[in-house]
Amino acid sequence: MAKLPPYTSTGERIWHYSFRVICGLIFLFLILPILVVLPLSFNVEPYFSFTPGMLALDPEAFSLRWYKDILRNGMAAPDAPLNLAWFADTWNNAQWMRAIRNSFFIGICATLLSTALGTLAAIGLSRSEMPYRRLIMSILISPMIVPLVITAAGMFFFYSKIHLSQTYIGVIMAHAVLGTPFVIITVTATLVGFDKSLVRASNSLGAGPIQTFFKIQMPLIIPGVISGGLFAFITSFDEVVAVLFLASPEQRTIPRQMWSGIREQISPTILAVATLLVLLSIILLTVIELLRRRSQRLRGITLS
Amino acid sequence: MDAAQPITAADGTPLKKKLAQAMFRSKLRATGLVVPLLAFVLASFVFPILALMWQGVYNNTFERLMPNLTEELRVWDGVSEPTEEMYAMLVADLRQNRADKTIGKVASRVNQELAGTRSLFTSTARKAKKLEPPYKESVIKTKKKWGELKVWQAMKLTNQSLTPGFYATSLDAVQTVDQGFMMKDEKRQIYTKLFVRTLMISGSVMLLCLLLGYPVAYLLATLPLRYSNLLMIMVLLPFWTSLLVRTTAWIAILQSQGVVNDLLVWVGVTGDESRFSLIYNMTGTIIAMTHILLPFMILPLYSVMKTIPPSYMRAARSLGATPTRAFIKVYMPQTVPGIGAGGLLVFILAIGYYITPALVGGQDGQLISNMIAYHMQKSLNWSLAAALGGLLLGGVLVLYWAYDRVIGIDNMKLG
Repeated sequence: MAKLPPYTSTGERIWHYSFRVICGLIFLFLILPILVVLPLSFNVEPYFSFTPGMLALDPEAFSLRWYKDILRNGMAAPDAPLNLAWFADTWNNAQWMRAIRNSFFIGICATLLSTALGTLAAIGLSRSEMPYRRLIMSILISPMIVPLVITAAGMFFFYSKIHLSQTYIGVIMAHAVLGTPFVIITVTATLVGFDKSLVRASNSLGAGPIQTFFKIQMPLIIPGVISGGLFAFITSFDEVVAVLFLASPEQRTIPRQMWSGIREQISPTILAVATLLVLLSIILLTVIELLRRRSQRLRGITLS
Repeated sequence: MDAAQPITAADGTPLKKKLAQAMFRSKLRATGLVVPLLAFVLASFVFPILALMWQGVYNNTFERLMPNLTEELRVWDGVSEPTEEMYAMLVADLRQNRADKTIGKVASRVNQELAGTRSLFTSTARKAKKLEPPYKESVIKTKKKWGELKVWQAMKLTNQSLTPGFYATSLDAVQTVDQGFMMKDEKRQIYTKLFVRTLMISGSVMLLCLLLGYPVAYLLATLPLRYSNLLMIMVLLPFWTSLLVRTTAWIAILQSQGVVNDLLVWVGVTGDESRFSLIYNMTGTIIAMTHILLPFMILPLYSVMKTIPPSYMRAARSLGATPTRAFIKVYMPQTVPGIGAGGLLVFILAIGYYITPALVGGQDGQLISNMIAYHMQKSLNWSLAAALGGLLLGGVLVLYWAYDRVIGIDNMKLG
């Protein structure tokens, strides 16, 4: 840490350290709720609170039963011997497993759709000759701003009319729309530092526009595209309002299952799922950070 | 070369024209890249919302299902005694709706205008087949309420398909046939109170975010990059963690048997019997929403603060300003764009919040979005939901417009 300059008075020194303490407390406020979930998910009792046994670090007070519950809940024969048939049973019948499958399926489809369309649009929008740039940009960003209830209600009526509500396609379309603003924002940010003369150089060396795009532009903006895609994925993966309005039980996703878990039977299985989701977000965050560094390196910005 | 001669390209066309052609082509190319997404967003997002907004001012249930009576009500002045002809048409339409099994829709529609009329319609429709002329007498005989003027006035209002009535209801006013709009009495005003509460909660969340976010952003911006990158993880991890996970976590922490209350009992601040109720009320909503929206405040503040050179503060100090004065006069004014960006973003996101209030809000922590969802899913008064949504959307769009004017959406950054 930087040393305090010699001219600082005692009062300033006190403030300097108390300011650090205040910031530390705010960081705790940010991170503690997420960390609290982890130990609670190993609770042997069906409660959301720390038992005396847990506080005494008694191994008896901890268990993996809620993690097992993720696999077992809804199975036809949960107590059958652990073999291939058991796993097939879990895969096909367990409620949470279905939610996990749905979440990944819908998330990946929505991400592909929004990343492909969003990247193209961001490239178009970053060109100065684009007419009505500002207006179009604000329309394309608006799904992020409009309250989700209004979006979901509007889609509910419209998709019902064209028979897309309660189908996978409807949910995927809704999630793709909600994810595009993130793709546009991240890709546009990468394009800001993009040197246009590279495209001209490539053209003058005889490459066609398509070759230029894939050989020159794409490798440079790919970190932005991937992080935009991850944003879009996490948006879909975390979205519940559109699912509440548009999906049938068949399209139940993880957040939807958690929603009914919190509202109906509150069980620590939700905490176990939450722990897994925290791990997922740590992985995604790491990937994004690595991509950001790579993008900075590619564009010649060094970390100080 | 002759000066009057326009400069031409190699193939003989004037250069000006050639340039215009090239510009047009590049414009077309740029547009071509944007069009697929624009079409997708317009078709699956903008249009559905416009259609929803239309429902807020247009509801033709009554006109469609009671066509004969509608004709009569149009010419009726709304205050004179209903005529025999009107009663006859009423019976005719009720018979038809009874046969088509659509009477429930008509009854609910009129019931939205005048509460307590649902059974009036359904029960009379059941008997409509046996009613004999003179209809006025026989209808009133089945239910005395049919003789009341206000029932007919309610029908006259509902037969108006293009109606400001739902917006009036959203603002706690009632539309009347003869006296224009009137405010409901204080005790029965629910929606205006809900709007005020939504604004209050969003405002408090925004202020709390600013209060907590400003020091953190300042610390992150002034620390050397190796430390600040590490601390940044603490901001970004919540940002990337599922909303439902964070809401669940707050339930675990704030509930009466939760971590905070256990700690307070253990320390001795409160007794085991008098635990604080921190969740399933407005407090819970505000705490959880502040936590969820805090990164949206910190990130824009941080990106603005990072651009402020530290030498400014040193200059102010060397010119004799006290640290407080230097901070207020020199540093703070430069962070205003960040405060504006973060504050507006948090406020915009907060007023449309649905999930967190629904899960931890209890009775008094509900926001306007929850009321919209209630009318969408439970009371099935879709036009009212659309009108409430229209007011909310209008407010959000004004804020969005302000955000675009002041900060510019191009400058929005994530992480």
